Amino acid sequence: MLDLRTCASLSEAAGILSGDRQALLIGGGTLVMRDVNEGRLTEGTLVRVTDPAFRQMSTGGARVELGAGVTMAMVLANRDLAFLHAAARAIGGPAVRTMATIGGNLFAAAPYGDFTVALLALDAQVVLQSGYGSGRAVALEDFLSARERGGQGLVTAVQFARPQNPAEFHFRKISRVKPKGISLLSIAAHLPLAGGRIAQARVAYGAMAPTPIRARGVERALDGKPLDQAAVQVAKQAALEGCRPATDAIASEWYRREILPVHLGRLLAGEPR
Amino acid sequence: MLELRKDLFADERDDNLNVIGKGVQRQDMPGHVTARTRFFDDHAFDGMLHLKVVRSPHHHARIRSIDTSAAERAPGVKRVLRGADVPVNKNTLLSLINFGKDDEPSLAVSKVSYKGEPVIAILADSEAQALAARKLVRIDYDPLPAVFDVEETLKPGAPVVNETYPGNYFEYHERFDHQKLRFGDVERGFASADIVMEHRYQMSPIEHAPTETNGSIAAPEQNGRYVVHSCAQGLFFALGTTAKIVDVESNQLHFIGGTVGGGFGGKVDSLTEPLAVLGAMLTGRPVRFVLDREEEMLYGSPRGAERIYIKDGLMRDGRIVARHIRSYFDAGAYTRLSSYAAIKCTAHVPGPYWIPNVASDIYVSYTNRCPSTAMRGFGVTAVDFALEVQMDRLAEAASMDPMEFRILNAYRDGDMKPHRRAAKNTALVECVQVAAEKANWPLSEQAKRASSLIGGGAGERAQIPATQLDARGQIGRPDTRSGPVTQVLPAGTSRIAPSKQPVMEGARDGRATPTQVPRYEPQRPTAPPPPAYQPAPPPYQPASSYSPAPGHQPASPPPASPPPAAPAQTQHGAVRFSSVFGTRRR
Amino acid sequence: MAKLPIQFRLNGSDRATFVDPASNLLDTLRRGLGDFGPKYGCGQGTCGVCTVLVDGEPQLACLTLAVSCEGRQIETTSGMADGPNLHPLQDAFMDHFAAQCGFCTPGMLTAARALLAKNPQPSREEVVEAISGNICRCTGYEPIIAAILAAANAPGARRA
Repeated sequence: MLDLRTCASLSEAAGILSGDRQALLIGGGTLVMRDVNEGRLTEGTLVRVTDPAFRQMSTGGARVELGAGVTMAMVLANRDLAFLHAAARAIGGPAVRTMATIGGNLFAAAPYGDFTVALLALDAQVVLQSGYGSGRAVALEDFLSARERGGQGLVTAVQFARPQNPAEFHFRKISRVKPKGISLLSIAAHLPLAGGRIAQARVAYGAMAPTPIRARGVERALDGKPLDQAAVQVAKQAALEGCRPATDAIASEWYRREILPVHLGRLLAGEPR
Repeated sequence: MLELRKDLFADERDDNLNVIGKGVQRQDMPGHVTARTRFFDDHAFDGMLHLKVVRSPHHHARIRSIDTSAAERAPGVKRVLRGADVPVNKNTLLSLINFGKDDEPSLAVSKVSYKGEPVIAILADSEAQALAARKLVRIDYDPLPAVFDVEETLKPGAPVVNETYPGNYFEYHERFDHQKLRFGDVERGFASADIVMEHRYQMSPIEHAPTETNGSIAAPEQNGRYVVHSCAQGLFFALGTTAKIVDVESNQLHFIGGTVGGGFGGKVDSLTEPLAVLGAMLTGRPVRFVLDREEEMLYGSPRGAERIYIKDGLMRDGRIVARHIRSYFDAGAYTRLSSYAAIKCTAHVPGPYWIPNVASDIYVSYTNRCPSTAMRGFGVTAVDFALEVQMDRLAEAASMDPMEFRILNAYRDGDMKPHRRAAKNTALVECVQVAAEKANWPLSEQAKRASSLIGGGAGERAQIPATQLDARGQIGRPDTRSGPVTQVLPAGTSRIAPSKQPVMEGARDGRATPTQVPRYEPQRPTAPPPPAYQPAPPPYQPASSYSPAPGHQPASPPPASPPPAAPAQTQHGAVRFSSVFGTRRR
Repeated sequence: MAKLPIQFRLNGSDRATFVDPASNLLDTLRRGLGDFGPKYGCGQGTCGVCTVLVDGEPQLACLTLAVSCEGRQIETTSGMADGPNLHPLQDAFMDHFAAQCGFCTPGMLTAARALLAKNPQPSREEVVEAISGNICRCTGYEPIIAAILAAANAPGARRA
């Protein structure tokens, strides 16, 4: 049978998680309760955090920090985070967004986890706490590649630099059902322009690999170039580099590979979906 | 906006209707908006147990051994059920009307034939305890080769999916491996055609995905009776099926239902009621058995997949002169309602078009997939998709507008259908005309002038042609899938059953009862239309649902077109197609 | 495993019960407290038939840890009417035939109620977004959207 531990502090939760391999953090419940309801999770301890720090948001400055327990609805209610609203609105319907947390989204298996794609394109860092020690920041990309192994500790927050020009940050979720469907794929791109040329492009995909991934081929193709038709063409040709999409109930691997360059091209060219 | 074309349907509807065409509040609406409507799961019982089944992880496997000892000792577990606990552990749904042989266990005993087949049922105090105990059941499987293709499964040497039907096809009338329709001579039609075209069409299974998953709650009542709150679409069908499987008289079961949270055909299989009642009988406690979403989607029986071949003979002027349809309905591992799907399909071909030479062979194939069942026009929608895509291709081959091509070939009132009944109230011509008008699709003057009331039943259009027969697909014959023509029925031959006996196959004990195969008798063209129904000769006593009263003839005469030369009786023979459910369709 | 005590306000009344530690709110409401308004449809957050309001915000009861509702305000469709008087949304659902099998209706009404509480004059797009997490497998979305829009314009609709 499942047990439950309610923790008033982050360090208490982190301590339980590092001491008990069968302990599992429950945030909004959208991932963990599903496994409970369907009988996949029948033993162990659920760890619940009531520490207000878990839901703290620091959004006023150049550096943004969001507690892992911050929900999509909280992001949507925050005007400082307008550049993330498209990504937050891509998560479920209103009821899911009341519950789903940023920390949970980091653990959502493909084709879910669209918000993490946006964070990846923002070069976000994940704050991890192991045991009763203090937190350490890890690049989101490194966190994701180690995700399946588990045991990285408690995710307490994510941090990232606010885009200087929010108009240079783009997010698109491609799904069949409108207005809300599971991702065929999602794309996030941060394309800061310096002197008319893209400097340090960050492009990320969801549902094109077991975890959200950076599109390094596209980033290379765009860096140092003006965002014109020629650059879009080159980026589309590099679109599939590093992709390992799955065939699932939403789409086949083939289909995802076929449509990714199309939607990437539209996003870069500013064309509608 | 509803418009009733009185020029076409003059006698079809009374003008003085009180409800139809008017907005009337539904009697169940206040319950829906206040959440007072009680669905099957909206009932509280003290001491209720929760039932979860252990399902096969293999598509096809022998069961070597089952060890439930750890599950039985698990916290909260009150009972574990195996196949041996089920009083009548083999059933087919349509056995209630004596159609088909019992072929499906409630809990698998010696082998599993599809991934997800239930093997063990666990009853525990809470759902969580049942789920936890489910993981403790150890079943040792010996995987067998599996077959998933509707044609591969019919080939010699294919794995036997369903031991009740060792040829991997449903057996019709104990004689044929498929449903057969013959009208005229398709081979001669193809030989005379300017263009012959054949295409293959494939449909996938479709899950109904009702928002309320399949489930039921059974609880002991007084005097050895059990109350069952059920989501069944056919409540008495579920009652009869449950009574048979748990081996009680049906008056011991009190089924309550009627509120169904979405069905679409997916709640006719009695997936949960028998085990819930059996659990209540064996534990003396209320038992709730509800599929979770994953079970509903993967194992809740979908619309069956179909593969359809259509071969047409086409003249350059756009007339279709011959059509042969060969179709394979994927039943999955067990029959359920697929045997009926093939009958419906046969009744539907060749589509709403007059074609002088028609043949169809519709198979029900068993594969190691989840058994399929009813869903909104099953047996009809897939073949319609195939037929209409084929019609577009034919129109293109004849260099004709696809709308006009349909108007040209559409049934007119009075046309003889391959099922040897005259078409009436056809109106496809007018439907296409209206659709074209609404879509601003230009039609020629000739197509605009066409009418379903004109030209039907003229000359050969009203005749039953000389018809080629063959013994293909006869069970037990070496030439089972091919063979020469064995008989030519003279023109005008109508199929008349020697008695009014509906086709009966199988019985409660799984043994088939003798079947009378229809004989063919020449039609007497000069005879007046026979009465709607002639009493069957003794010794057969027709069941009441199969013996419409003399007054059961449609009240309205056919429209004022020339009386068809064909038999006006629309009763047996053709009625066999819907006699499965004891209903008549016009 | 010992059961845990839990207390919250359900449709304006204080209710208390005992739950398994990992119980979800849906089971607690339905089998613990006998409120059968929220339904089970998927247990995974895709269908919306278990939607309830927790402190005025829509939440999926099937994914909500019951214990996390300690001391909170839960509202369900069962408590939507004011005595014999239907909520304007309930009236509008009736008037617009916005239910077929009726299984999605409680969740739809709750999602709509959450919308109108925050946005009394929503656009059609906002209505569509508000019910985007609620599946009507009978596909009666158009009457549902029409009903919500009509309720927004009805007197008294701003009553949450």
